[in-house]
Amino acid sequence: MYDLSIITNWIHELLLSVMPGWLATTIECVAIGVALLLVYALLALFYIYFERKVCAAFQCRLGPNRVGPLGLLQSFADMFKMLIKEIITLKNVDRFLFALAPYLVIIASMLSFSVLPWGNGLQIIDFNIGIFFLIAVSSIGVLGILLAGWSSNNKFTLIGALRSGAQMVSYELSIGLSVLTMVAFAGTMSVTGIVEAQKDLWFIFSGHIPAIIAFVIYLVAGTAETNRGPFDLPEAESELTAGYHTEYSGMHFGFFYLAEYLNLFIVSGVAALLFFGGWMPLHIPGWEGFNEIMDYIPSVLWFIIKAIVISFVIIWFKWTFPRLRIDQLLNLEWKYLLPINLFNLVLMVLVIVYGLHF
Amino acid sequence: MANIQDKIAKQFPEATFEDGEILLVNIPDAKWHDLAKFLKEDADLHFDHLITIIGMDWVDKFGCVYQLSSTKYNTQISVKVATEERENPMIHSVSDIWKIATTFEREVYDFFGIIFINNPDMRRLFLSIDWKGYPLRKDYDMSPENNPVPTENERQEDVTYSYVEDENGNVEKKTIAIFQPEDYVVNIGPQHPATHGVLRFRTAVDGETIKKIDFYSGYIHRGIEKLCEGLTYPQTLHFMDRMDYFSGHHYHHALCIAYEKALGIEISRRAQVIRVLMDELARIASHCLFLGTYCMDLGATTMLFYTLRVREQILDIMERTCGARMTFNYGCIGGVMQDLHEDFVKDVKELLAVLPKNIKEYNELFIGNVIAKGRLENIGNLSFEDAISYGVTGPSGRASGWACDVRKTHPYSIYGGLDFDEVVYTEGDSMARTKLRIAEMEQSAKIIEQLIDNIPDGEYCVKVPKVIKLPVGRWFQMVEGCRGAFGVYIESDGGASPVRLKLAPPCLPLANVVDHITQGYKIADLITIGGSLDYIVPDIDR
Amino acid sequence: MPYEAWKDNEYIEKLVEELRANGTNVIVGSFDKLINWGRSNSIWPLTFATSCCGIEFVSLGAARYDMARFGWEVARSSPRQADFMMVAGTIVHRMAPVMRRLYDQLAEPKYVIACGGCAISGGPFRKSYHVVKGIDEIVPVDVYLPGCPPRPEAMIYSIMQLSRKMKVEKFFGGVNRKEKIADFLATHPEESMNY
Repeated sequence: MYDLSIITNWIHELLLSVMPGWLATTIECVAIGVALLLVYALLALFYIYFERKVCAAFQCRLGPNRVGPLGLLQSFADMFKMLIKEIITLKNVDRFLFALAPYLVIIASMLSFSVLPWGNGLQIIDFNIGIFFLIAVSSIGVLGILLAGWSSNNKFTLIGALRSGAQMVSYELSIGLSVLTMVAFAGTMSVTGIVEAQKDLWFIFSGHIPAIIAFVIYLVAGTAETNRGPFDLPEAESELTAGYHTEYSGMHFGFFYLAEYLNLFIVSGVAALLFFGGWMPLHIPGWEGFNEIMDYIPSVLWFIIKAIVISFVIIWFKWTFPRLRIDQLLNLEWKYLLPINLFNLVLMVLVIVYGLHF
Repeated sequence: MANIQDKIAKQFPEATFEDGEILLVNIPDAKWHDLAKFLKEDADLHFDHLITIIGMDWVDKFGCVYQLSSTKYNTQISVKVATEERENPMIHSVSDIWKIATTFEREVYDFFGIIFINNPDMRRLFLSIDWKGYPLRKDYDMSPENNPVPTENERQEDVTYSYVEDENGNVEKKTIAIFQPEDYVVNIGPQHPATHGVLRFRTAVDGETIKKIDFYSGYIHRGIEKLCEGLTYPQTLHFMDRMDYFSGHHYHHALCIAYEKALGIEISRRAQVIRVLMDELARIASHCLFLGTYCMDLGATTMLFYTLRVREQILDIMERTCGARMTFNYGCIGGVMQDLHEDFVKDVKELLAVLPKNIKEYNELFIGNVIAKGRLENIGNLSFEDAISYGVTGPSGRASGWACDVRKTHPYSIYGGLDFDEVVYTEGDSMARTKLRIAEMEQSAKIIEQLIDNIPDGEYCVKVPKVIKLPVGRWFQMVEGCRGAFGVYIESDGGASPVRLKLAPPCLPLANVVDHITQGYKIADLITIGGSLDYIVPDIDR
Repeated sequence: MPYEAWKDNEYIEKLVEELRANGTNVIVGSFDKLINWGRSNSIWPLTFATSCCGIEFVSLGAARYDMARFGWEVARSSPRQADFMMVAGTIVHRMAPVMRRLYDQLAEPKYVIACGGCAISGGPFRKSYHVVKGIDEIVPVDVYLPGCPPRPEAMIYSIMQLSRKMKVEKFFGGVNRKEKIADFLATHPEESMNY
């Protein structure tokens, strides 16, 4: 397994040799920021295209195929269009908060980006409470949505925002608990630590029953957390026109649109990290040859492919199920997922204590 | 019929009678409310379904013709109430006897300016409050200067009016507030993805729970009834495609039967079979689209594409014969416009082969889904009594246990000789309404199967006079459209165009009942319930 | 579709000539080209339908005609996020201010397609007391699409026409379009409504 941190360290040394430490750090920060933005935008555009194609396939259609080869440039055209669209300023709104909301949403998903394990040694920040940090920053997003709904001075957006608030606060619990289950299993909160712990076998296999339960709950809660169908109540098109972002136009709307897809990537990325070994290739104890072949596939590819496969499942949900109602949604969380989750945590602890895992 | 006449004559000596296909009772306004009560409550008469109220302007007097039907005996009766007053015409309301009358009377008020005493809600229904004049009056000034296209937002009043009569017979105008001051009113529509067109609900909510709905229509009111008065009889037919655009064949059918009845034309069996075949194909296509858009409203977008697949196949069949995808204009007086396409039988058989597979798929994909069950079951329950009182016919009425299929209750064309079941469920919830439509698709397929191999030879259109003039008289005909019983009422003075052509659409009662069955449910349920009733807005507004 | 296959090239050529006459520098011109490529390939409709034509619009989105191929399937319910409005169906007096308001709520650059006989002229209901005789009384129209209702193929054709029109417009220092709209709005004043 090639360790990418060798390259990053080498760049760092190189910079230090020609300039003072503070300048090197600044340059590195800027470079990483630019790279992050670029990856961010490209991923979002890819996801928009991906979803449109997948949805078309489910619906016996073709999907975008006119703009560029196979319609690959469709989302670029959309982006250019969105950039030049007029941003409408509204009367009787809280201007500052109205403008702030989309940035909050985007910042939340960007911060979460920084702790994802992109590859072996390729990580922006790696510190001992990485997963905790991730959960903390991802909840900033709900603030942006609440603000967007409230500051628009529109009844539909307000209902959408309140739905979203209720939904995300509830499902955060499930996410938190299923993450806690896996953290207990790994014995560390550090993202690298969690990945390293899956060197021999991914957690979904080694943790067997409690890990699978935690994964299912995480997937359901993650879908709800990203406001995607069947949990897309905050922007339920047939009920609330466009939900909390009804009043946003141009690039402000674009931010919400991008953040939605990026959150999808983050949720699937975290799922890949916790249950499918992050960037860790598929290893089966005892099959040395097989393990070695797997190691030849770059770690970055492993991570991204895992994340995309999991997002495919989430997209699949969206185009299959009808939407839940708000009371059913909360029932599902508080009456089913939460008790099961608590029970699962106990189960996991028992598994760890008696060493019943592989 | 004589029996009914004797009974009414004994109780109300002032009533006079006119014979016809349907017995017509003339009654002075003062006695009308008592007669209405008698007609509904007498065990042998039991006229509990008010089909429609037809406002009339006979130049010398204003009045209404009430079309009543008995759900027990399947008999029909008309009642005529007139007032000589032209400046300020007033008739007593029957809104306390049939609940749907409240809205029907609003419609008459809107068109003729007849005020209904004791009606709790005397606002205009289709036109804005500032509209000048009453358009269906014969002396209405049509010039556009009178009512120019508005450029400013419509004036809105949060109150309604009621003309209440006290014991001494004095009529007093009262103001009633629609919403309470503390209500949080959300405006849903007219431009909203889930209202299926341009309907507007002002919804008072408490959190997400609905307290009251005030429905506004008229956003696509095109004045078809007034337009018909200036056209010849064959010309009036083409509007039928543009009301409920899925039931175009049915509506054509209704008007054609009424005209043929008036002219005494007997059409060939071939034409009748073709009409029935087209009706049933259209019913399958309409229910397919219902299912698709309904699932889309509930968030299951993919279903739409599976149901439209079948609909496209039916549209292909229709296009080959009728020459259009939606506005067919196929039925005509004396038969149908042109003969069946040579591939018709083959195409229909192909459709019948794939239909059961598709219906099975719909059942598995949506009806069996646990989320769909949670969203639909026990939502928007409509009781049997309310269904009749609110005049909710069609699949929605049958889901509440009311066997109201016109094809069975008042058989027309060749339906009397066909073997099919009237599907009736008793739950009355959204799930029953949805499942019933799927079951009806199977029944329609059954009818088509019976007919497709036995299309008799003969002419597809009999010879009719070049200029069609109906004799003096009045005719009423009902058919079963895709969404319920559709009625046409024609009154002729012997000329080449009708004096009055009233279209009684099934969707107005459907939209009207939304307020009643959504109270206490969530906003999301409004979409569920509205979708399951499946109203078509241009049909409400005409 | 090849250029010769279009039936109305003179109109587009006239627009191009107008552009050439006004002249522009290379940098702005190339930017224009890029932006116009973007917006002519990403035309998001507003979900807006009043009657029969709306159902054909649904068919247009369905598997058989699949407008997603061109990237038009992102139908937005909120006018703020849509690019054009397909006025599908009859517009009556009561609906007229609502439609005007929807048009005003669309974010620039915005376009209107009058779809079907009713929207163009009132169609079969022209003589009615309550029908607007053509939506160009209320909003500026870019493409007229006849039919009752137009077939989905015709709808595809009309949106492709709109796309062609976008391509020959100037976005930066945009004159050739904005002036026309300004003229229209001057004769059809925008009301002081609280959005």
